[in-house]
Amino acid sequence: MRPMRTNHGKPAELSGEGLLHLFRFCKKYLPAIVIALVCAVGGTIFTIIGPDKLQQLTDTITEGMMAGIDMDKVIRICVTLAVMYGCSALLNFIQSMLMTTTTQRVSQSLREEISHKINRLPIDYYNKTTFGDILSRVTNDVDTIGETIQRSIVTLVSSVVLLFGCLFMMFKTNWIMTVSAIAASLIGFALMTLIMGRSQQYFITRQQCLGDINGHIEEAFSGHTVLRVSNAEEQFSKRFETLNEKLFNTSWKSQFLSGLMQPLMGFIGNFGYVTVCVVGAALVMNGSISFGVIVAFMIYVRLFTNPLSQIAQAATSLQSASAASKRVFDFLDAEEMADESGKTASLTAPAGQVGFSHVQFGYDPDRMIIHDFSMQVKPGQKVAIVGPTGAGKTTLVNLLMRFYELNGGSISIDGVDLSSLRRDNVHSLFGMVLQDTWLFEGSIRDNIVYGKEGVTDADLDRITKAVGLYHYIQTLPHGYDTVIDSRMNLSEGQKQLLTIARAMIEDAPMLILDEATSSVDTRTEILIQQAMDKLTEGRTSFVIAHRLSTIKNADVILVLRDGDIVESGNHQQLLQKGGFYAELYNAQFAS
Amino acid sequence: MLKLFKRLKAKEWVMAAACLILIVGQVWLDLRLPEYMTEITRLVQTEGSEMAAILTAGGKMLLCALSSMLLAIVTGFFTAVIAATLTRRLQSEMYHKVLSFSSEEMGRFSTASLITRSTNDVNQVQMIVAMGMQMLIKAPIMAVMAIGKIQNTGSWQWTALTAGAVALLLIAIAILMGYALPKFKRIQVLTDNLNRITRENLTGLRVVRAYNAEKYQENKFTRANTEMTENNLKAQRAMACASPVMNVVMNGLTLGIYWIGAILINSAALTDKLNIFSNMVVFSSYAMQVIMSFIMVAMIFVMMPRASVAANRILEVLETKPSIKNGQKDGVTGKTGEIEFRDVSFRYPDADKDVLHNISFTAGRGETVAFIGATGSGKTTLVNLIPRLYDVSSGSVLVDGVDVRDYDMHALRNKLGYVSQKAVLFAGDIRSNITLGENGQAAASDKDVETAIDIAQSSDFVGNIPEGIGGSVAQNGANFSGGQKQRLSIARAIARKPEIYIFDDSFSALDYKTDRTLRTRLKKETAGVTTLIVAQRIGTILDADKIIVLEDGKAVGIGSHRELLKSCPVYQEIAASQLSKEELEL
Repeated sequence: MRPMRTNHGKPAELSGEGLLHLFRFCKKYLPAIVIALVCAVGGTIFTIIGPDKLQQLTDTITEGMMAGIDMDKVIRICVTLAVMYGCSALLNFIQSMLMTTTTQRVSQSLREEISHKINRLPIDYYNKTTFGDILSRVTNDVDTIGETIQRSIVTLVSSVVLLFGCLFMMFKTNWIMTVSAIAASLIGFALMTLIMGRSQQYFITRQQCLGDINGHIEEAFSGHTVLRVSNAEEQFSKRFETLNEKLFNTSWKSQFLSGLMQPLMGFIGNFGYVTVCVVGAALVMNGSISFGVIVAFMIYVRLFTNPLSQIAQAATSLQSASAASKRVFDFLDAEEMADESGKTASLTAPAGQVGFSHVQFGYDPDRMIIHDFSMQVKPGQKVAIVGPTGAGKTTLVNLLMRFYELNGGSISIDGVDLSSLRRDNVHSLFGMVLQDTWLFEGSIRDNIVYGKEGVTDADLDRITKAVGLYHYIQTLPHGYDTVIDSRMNLSEGQKQLLTIARAMIEDAPMLILDEATSSVDTRTEILIQQAMDKLTEGRTSFVIAHRLSTIKNADVILVLRDGDIVESGNHQQLLQKGGFYAELYNAQFAS
Repeated sequence: MLKLFKRLKAKEWVMAAACLILIVGQVWLDLRLPEYMTEITRLVQTEGSEMAAILTAGGKMLLCALSSMLLAIVTGFFTAVIAATLTRRLQSEMYHKVLSFSSEEMGRFSTASLITRSTNDVNQVQMIVAMGMQMLIKAPIMAVMAIGKIQNTGSWQWTALTAGAVALLLIAIAILMGYALPKFKRIQVLTDNLNRITRENLTGLRVVRAYNAEKYQENKFTRANTEMTENNLKAQRAMACASPVMNVVMNGLTLGIYWIGAILINSAALTDKLNIFSNMVVFSSYAMQVIMSFIMVAMIFVMMPRASVAANRILEVLETKPSIKNGQKDGVTGKTGEIEFRDVSFRYPDADKDVLHNISFTAGRGETVAFIGATGSGKTTLVNLIPRLYDVSSGSVLVDGVDVRDYDMHALRNKLGYVSQKAVLFAGDIRSNITLGENGQAAASDKDVETAIDIAQSSDFVGNIPEGIGGSVAQNGANFSGGQKQRLSIARAIARKPEIYIFDDSFSALDYKTDRTLRTRLKKETAGVTTLIVAQRIGTILDADKIIVLEDGKAVGIGSHRELLKSCPVYQEIAASQLSKEELEL
C-alpha cells in the first residue's frame, strides 16, 4: 500500500556475515572497485601533499618579500599545483563514475536475483513472511546496500589513507608536535563518541516510535468508517496523541544530538590548531624546530581530524548495510523448490483421468490433515469441493498443482505420477480460475493472453464473446489495448470474466475453478456460470463450489471439514447418508 | 511551504528569532577566527614574540571557537525543537482532519494517499525544517558578512576572480541540476513501478505459476529494473561530477589568489608588500566562505522543490473542509428504532447519474428490512446514508422521526450498530476491539463482551485462545481468518447495544450454517432492535419482514419473500439463480 520501511524494530547487527556475502556477490565488479579505490588513494595523496606545495608558495612569496619574489619559482609551483588539482579532480571523477556505475549495477542484479527468487521459492515460504517484508528487501534494503557501496567504501579507504598519510608526515616532521596534535584530537573524539552513542540510542527509539505512529495511522485511516460509526474518534485520538508525544520527545532529542556533530567537529579542529600553534611556538623558542614545521602542522591537524569522523560515520553506515545485506541474502539463500531438470517424463494431452491413492498431507508435517484419501476421477467428470469457510478447500488445489508436495501416497494423471513430472508440465495440464481475481496493470490483451504465444485478435474476439465481454471491450477507447489500472473501474464480475477468458485462451486439458461467492451480482453471476460451464465442457474439472447448481450436477462431491476430506459421493448419495453434507445443505433453507 | 509555518506559535517564533540572532553571532565569530589565526601566525613568525602573547591569542581564538560552538549548539537545540514541534502539530492536525472526513473525502484522496501524506510527507517537511532552516538563514548572512570583510582588504583582481569563481560554480550547479533533477524526480515513479510489479507477482503467485508465466513476470521486472537503473545511473553520474567541479573551483580560486598576490606583491612599493601579503591570506580564507555560502544556497534550491511538493500535499488535506456538517439534536426523541427514507435520491459529487433514485420506505421498531440487488444497484450507498457516511442529495433520511442531518453525529451513531462489508479489526486485544468507541451508555462489561461473542458465533475460536477475550489482535486483524474477523466485527455491533443494526453484506463471509444460527440467535437475544441487512444470498434474507429489491438505484420491489416471488421479476431472477425449483416452492 505504501512504500515504507517495514523492517523497523530489527536492530542493526554487528556481524560481518552480511557484508561477506555482499562481497562475494560483487566479485564481478571487483576490478572496477579496485581501480576506484586506487583513484581514491591517489586523490588522497594529492590532498596530503597539496597543502605542502601551497606552503612552499607562501614561503617563496615571504622570502622574496624584501628582495623581490622569485617569479619563476612561483610560476613553477603554481603550475605544479594546477596540474595536481587537475589530476586530483580527474581521479575523483573517475572514482565517482566507477563507483556509481558499480553501485547501480550491483543493485540492479540484486533486485533481479530477488525477482527470480520469488518464483523459485515454494508457496509455503510465503505463509511465513509478509509481502511488505519482501518488498522492503527489493527497495529499502537494496538501496541501503547501494548507498553504502557508493559512499562508505571509498570514504573508508581514503580516510584511512589520509589518516595514516597524515600520521606519517607528522611523525616524520616532529614527534612532540604529533603527540600533542593527536592528544588534542582524541580529547575531542572521546566527547564525540559519547554523544554519538547517546544519539544512536535516540535514533533507534525514534525509528520505533515512527514505526508505531505510522502503523497506528495506517490502521486508523483504513478502518476510518468503522472508527467513525463506532464513535471511536476520541479513543483513537488519545492513543495517537500519546504516540505523537513520544515521537516528539525522541525526535527532537535525536535531531539535536546528531546536530551537535558538526559544531563539535569544528571546535575540535580549532582546538587542535591552537594546541599545535602553542606547542610549536614553545618549541620554536626553544630553537628545536623551524617555523615551517608549525605551518605544516597547522594543516596536518586539520586534515587529521576529518578522516576520524568520516571513519566513524562510514562504520555506522556499514553496520546498517550489513544488516540490509543479511536480510537480502537470507531471502536469496532460502531453500528453493527441488530441482527438476533431471526429470524426463512428460505429459502433453492427457485424457484427464485423475487418481488419488492413499494421499496423506499436512501443511505442518506433525499435523496431517488429509490422512488417507483415495479416489478415481474419470475423464470429463466434474468434481465439486464443498465445506464450510476455512475447511481447507484450497488444499486440494494446492496438491493438484503441486504447490505443495504430498507427505504420502500419490496423485496421478492418466496413470502418470504427478511427482515424476516437472512442475511446469503439471501446471500446463490445468487451467485455473481463482476466486480472488488477479489482474495486473497492463492492457486487456496482455491480461487475457498472458504469455501464451500465437494468439490472434480473432481468437480474442471468439473468447471474449464466449464470456460475454466482447461488447464491453468494444466500447473501450482502445479496445483490447486499453490499460487496466486503478482508474479503470472494472467490476468484480468483469474481473472474474477476464480471468475465465484467460483460462479459455490457455486451453488446458483439465480445470481448477473457484466459484465467486458474494461480490458478484446475480446477472453477472449467470454470465460467469455460463462461461464456466463452457469452459468445463469435456474437461476433467475440480470446482470449489458455492452454488447449488454446481454441487447438484457434479459427478463427485468432496466434502471437507477442518482440512480433511470427510465424505465423498454424488449429491443424492450424500444426502441419503445424512452426514455432514446433508447438515450443511439443509442449513441454508431452514429458517 | 510558507503556509505551514503559520502553525508555529509565538513561542516557536521567539525561538526562530533567537536562532536568527544566534546564527548572526555564530557567523560573526566564525569570521573572526581567521583573524586570530593570522595573528597567531604573525606572532609565531615574528622573531622574539613573547610566549604569553601567543597564549593570549590562542586563548582568544579558543574562546571564540568555543562560543561559536555553543551558539551552534543552542541554535541546533532550537531548530530541533521547532522542527519537531511543527511536525507534531502537523501530524496531529492531519490526523484529526482525516478523522473528521466523511467517506466522500476519503474516497477523493484515497486511504493510501492519506497515509503517505501523514507519514512520508510530514517527515519530509520535518527534515527540511531541521536541516534547511539553519542553512537558509546562515548562507545569506555568511555571504554578506564575508563579502563585507573582503571589501576593505581586496584588490579588484581578487574580487573579480572570486566573482568569476562563484559564477562558474553556479553555472556548473545549474547545468548539473537541470540535467539531474528531472531524473531524480522520476526515481519515485520508477520505484513505485518496480514495487508494483513485484507486488503483482507476489499477490498472483499461484496464477503466475499455474500459467507457467514466471518468465513473463521476470521479463517485465527486468524491463522496469533496467529502466530504473539507467535513470538512476544518469542522475547519479551527474551528481558524481559535482564534487570534482566544486573542488577544482575552490582550489583554483585559492591558487589564483596567491598567484595574483605574488604578482601584486612583486610590483608593489616596499611598504605595501607586507600589507598585501596579510590581506592575501585573509582574503583567500574569506573567499572560501563566500563560495561555501553559495554552495549552501544552491543546495537549498535543490531541496526546496521536494519539500514544497510535500508541503502542498499536506496543505491540500488540511485545507479540505469536511462536506458533512454536524447537527445539534441530541439522541432523545421519544421514539426508538424507527427509520424512514422519504423520497431519497443520491449522487456522488461530480457524477452525472443518480446512484439512488426516489427511495421511500419505513422500518418500524424490531423489524428486519433487507436489501438485495445487483452490485452497483446502490444497496451499500443506501445504508451508508443512515450513519451519514454520505448525505442525501435530495429527500431525507429520518431516524426516530428526526432528520439525520439535524443530529449531533455522536448521538446519531450511538443509536447504530454498523458492520461494514469488509471486516475491520484494530491492533489490541479482542476486548478492545469489541468495546471500541462510545455508545453513550456505560462501558461494556466483560460479560457483555462474552455474550456478544457468543451471539456472533465466535465462542468456539475465542474459547481456543488461552487469554480468551484478552487475546491479542495483530494489526489489521492479521491473525484471524476472514470469517472470524467478520464475526468479531458483528460482535462489536452487538456489544454496542444499539437501537438499529446495519449489516452491510456482513454475512457473506460466513458459511450457510453459521449465517443462519447467528441470525436466529441475534433475533432471539436482541428482540426489539431494528435490523437492516444488505445481502447477496437469498438464504440470508428469506425471513426478513420487508425486502427491498434495488435495481440501478431504484426500488423495483418491496415486500416479503413470498410476495416478491410472485410479483417482482428482478427478485424472481435472483432467486432462480440461487435456489432450485423445489426450494422456491417450499
